[in-house]
Amino acid sequence: MINIIKRGIALFLPSLYAGLAQSAYELNLQQPETPIAHQIFELHTLILLVCLFIFCAVFGVMFYSIFKHRKSVGHQARQFHDNTTIEIIWTIIPFFILVGMAYPATKTILAMKNTANPDMTIKVTGYQWKWGYDYLQEGVSYYSTITTTQDQIYGRAPKDEHYLLEVDKPLVVPVGKRVRVLITADDVIHSWWVPAFGVKQDAIPGFIRDSWFEVEKPGIYRGQCAELCGKDHGFMPIVVEAKEQKDYEIWLAEQKQKQAVTKVDVNKTFTLGELKVQGEKVFNTNCAVCHQTNGKGIPGTFPALDGSKIVNGPIADHLNIVMNGKAGTAMVAFSKQLSDVELASVITYERNAWGNKAGDAIQLSEVKALRK
Amino acid sequence: MDAAHATHAHGDHAHHPSGIMRWVMTTNHKDIGTLYLVFSCVMFFLGGTMAMTIRAELFQPGLQFLRPEFFNQLTTLHGLIMIFGAIMPAFVGFANWQVPLMIGAPDMAFARMNNWSFWLLPPAALLLIISFFVPGGAAAAGWTLYAPLSVQLGPGMDLTIFAIHLLGASSIMGSINIITTILNMRAPGMTLMKMPLFVWTWLITAYLLIAIMPVLAGAVTMLLTDRHFGTHFFNAAGGGDPVLFQHVFWFFGHPEVYVMILPGFGIISQIIPTFARKPIFGYSSMVYATASIAILSFIVWAHHMFTVGMPAAGQLFFMYATMLIAVPTGVKVFNWLATMWRGSLTFETPMLFAVGFIFVFTMGGFTGLILAITPVDIQLQDTYYVVAHFHYVMVAGSLFSIFGGIYYWLPKWTGKMYDETLGKWHFWLSMIFFNIAFFVQHFLGLAGMPRRIPDYAPQFAEFNMISSIGAFGFGLSQLLFLYIVIKCIRSGEKAGAKPWEGAYGLEWTLPSPPPYHTFETPPQVK
Repeated sequence: MINIIKRGIALFLPSLYAGLAQSAYELNLQQPETPIAHQIFELHTLILLVCLFIFCAVFGVMFYSIFKHRKSVGHQARQFHDNTTIEIIWTIIPFFILVGMAYPATKTILAMKNTANPDMTIKVTGYQWKWGYDYLQEGVSYYSTITTTQDQIYGRAPKDEHYLLEVDKPLVVPVGKRVRVLITADDVIHSWWVPAFGVKQDAIPGFIRDSWFEVEKPGIYRGQCAELCGKDHGFMPIVVEAKEQKDYEIWLAEQKQKQAVTKVDVNKTFTLGELKVQGEKVFNTNCAVCHQTNGKGIPGTFPALDGSKIVNGPIADHLNIVMNGKAGTAMVAFSKQLSDVELASVITYERNAWGNKAGDAIQLSEVKALRK
Repeated sequence: MDAAHATHAHGDHAHHPSGIMRWVMTTNHKDIGTLYLVFSCVMFFLGGTMAMTIRAELFQPGLQFLRPEFFNQLTTLHGLIMIFGAIMPAFVGFANWQVPLMIGAPDMAFARMNNWSFWLLPPAALLLIISFFVPGGAAAAGWTLYAPLSVQLGPGMDLTIFAIHLLGASSIMGSINIITTILNMRAPGMTLMKMPLFVWTWLITAYLLIAIMPVLAGAVTMLLTDRHFGTHFFNAAGGGDPVLFQHVFWFFGHPEVYVMILPGFGIISQIIPTFARKPIFGYSSMVYATASIAILSFIVWAHHMFTVGMPAAGQLFFMYATMLIAVPTGVKVFNWLATMWRGSLTFETPMLFAVGFIFVFTMGGFTGLILAITPVDIQLQDTYYVVAHFHYVMVAGSLFSIFGGIYYWLPKWTGKMYDETLGKWHFWLSMIFFNIAFFVQHFLGLAGMPRRIPDYAPQFAEFNMISSIGAFGFGLSQLLFLYIVIKCIRSGEKAGAKPWEGAYGLEWTLPSPPPYHTFETPPQVK
């Protein structure tokens, strides 16, 4: 019986929605792209239809009463106030309807929860405000940051097609593979959500949760952080690119090669100019959301770096706060997020940008020494 | 309330201060009820202004008026102020006015404590407002104040924590007062199963409040010590667990949503029989259904946390328990319909709001059922679908029941009739704009728009614009409500002791407005 209803829904509703899906007035869940997302989609449709049916029945009765049993049409009130039989009936029937809904829901829950036997495992880490991806077996790891510019957000530049839902480096996965994601966070709770996959899992600092998905066809899928995580909660999108196994392997090889290249000679000495240029880029991706591109911060919330005592003070203190963060504030420890080169350059940049004129260039060896 | 003041002279021997001190020192349940309602009204407009600012920012994609951190402060404070400042005090105001009148008691049991429990509210509200002006601004972690985000925030968070402590103390005192009054001061002959349903729902609500407010106080105190005294309740690095906060919070939070709806059920159960001109259908099953909802509300809290990650057994238990709530809630809706069935219906403003309540509240109930289904909830958690759902139960539910109750008892309280035509306008404007504002948010949530974001992707633009237009309309319509109430008090036509033909109950045996002190000799209930 349930199967017949489900098949009917599967035939009828998608065609109804398909027409609307082209317009901006999207009325239903996003097009599901994994087995679990399909189940969720059907489950939602089934329960929505049951609710609509009850809605029509109940309010049919109410509106009949509103129109027929009015004083203005001369209806006299009948003074009844109890009927045990009908009261028992309308307690029992909803109960059985609920049991009918609980059955398919239970099956889906058990399928969602079963993360055993994955083909590959990726660790996802939420940061304020970006995502980190670690391919545990492959040894590839990188951060994924929004690429929508402040100019677009504040209306000074036209908005991209994928405004707010675009990142520099998407998560790349092969299609048809059972991908297990281990989800955690570094600072506060985030939530990793890709609607088309039916995966939404909170990322909790200090704990690891897992989920899984198996993408059916290649494409780019977009989602957003779904748990309020501070100022830029609305600006940490998730983009997943699903590739054919062959293309995925090519991509993977490229990544491994790139990571090998970025391992720079520790003893290399950079000039102040080199560090400043590189540092400005690092600053704008990692620091500017709080401290602002002009280094003025946001009074009362995020301290200014322009003219700051720490930035213009001894290098050791400056390195310490950037690498280890400041407990109890939004200033996180960047020692794991940034490489030695990036740390040295961003600190050099901060010390020599805006009104700051320290004039010193921090070398890799100094960062390395603090790392241990 | 001047009229109420004038008529007391012959029956009242006590001296009490006049002017502002009358309100500061008052121990009279009618005065305190009025204070609660006025306070609630002020908070309602304050919270509403915040909501309209939020909707102005969301009118178009991009950031136009607000910075993201201020946007988060507004959503947080809008939630806290509407829940703790507008809805809850409004219901306590109803309880203060109506419980003694409906059970034939001369006043509340603890008259001085009653004064104190009201006067804790304005300082709490002040703390919340001041928090906008401290460094870092007001709390910006959402009304749920989830750790560790709330541990990160500035001193505005501490002010919020203290405000919650005050509000909690006020609620607990108010609840003790209501329970004691109902259990000890009923008129002779009024057995528990003869009490009006409004009194029943408040009795159950008061027990809920006593059970949960200390839990919330505990949660925010742990937050406070984590912030300042080096504890690590919510910090994994120190052996704590961030999710612990959510468990404790929602153990309070879920019963809390019933605290905000059960008295509304009570008001609706008074209004419908009056305008159907027949007694409520299934009185005892109404009482049992209310009690079942209250009991079930303690074992469903983790349905707010399905995406946090819990064992399959946990998800199944909380899903089944949540779905079960649909049964007693359904019984209540069916009983209201059966009360209307074959009645002699008229549709004055209170009845419009009551019928509107059933219609829209039930829609909120249906989306609640959809959200109870764990896999669907995982897709919809923290999206605009949830925003739509809880506004359907809190605005179209609680708030509409409050409006209905105000129109229903305003003639009793003031001795004057409100303007019926304007009242109907208020209903229809509220009803239509409410649905424009919130119905489209279901679609936004389904399509994948997260809640609590100051800016959104362009595919959500059309529905957000519609929603904002609805919200502005809804907000402005409430100015009409204010005008209707003021007009009624100043120049309404005189109302009789029983302005509603089909009304039944002790409060209608008193003149309108009732004298300052009522039922000094208890009435007999047959």
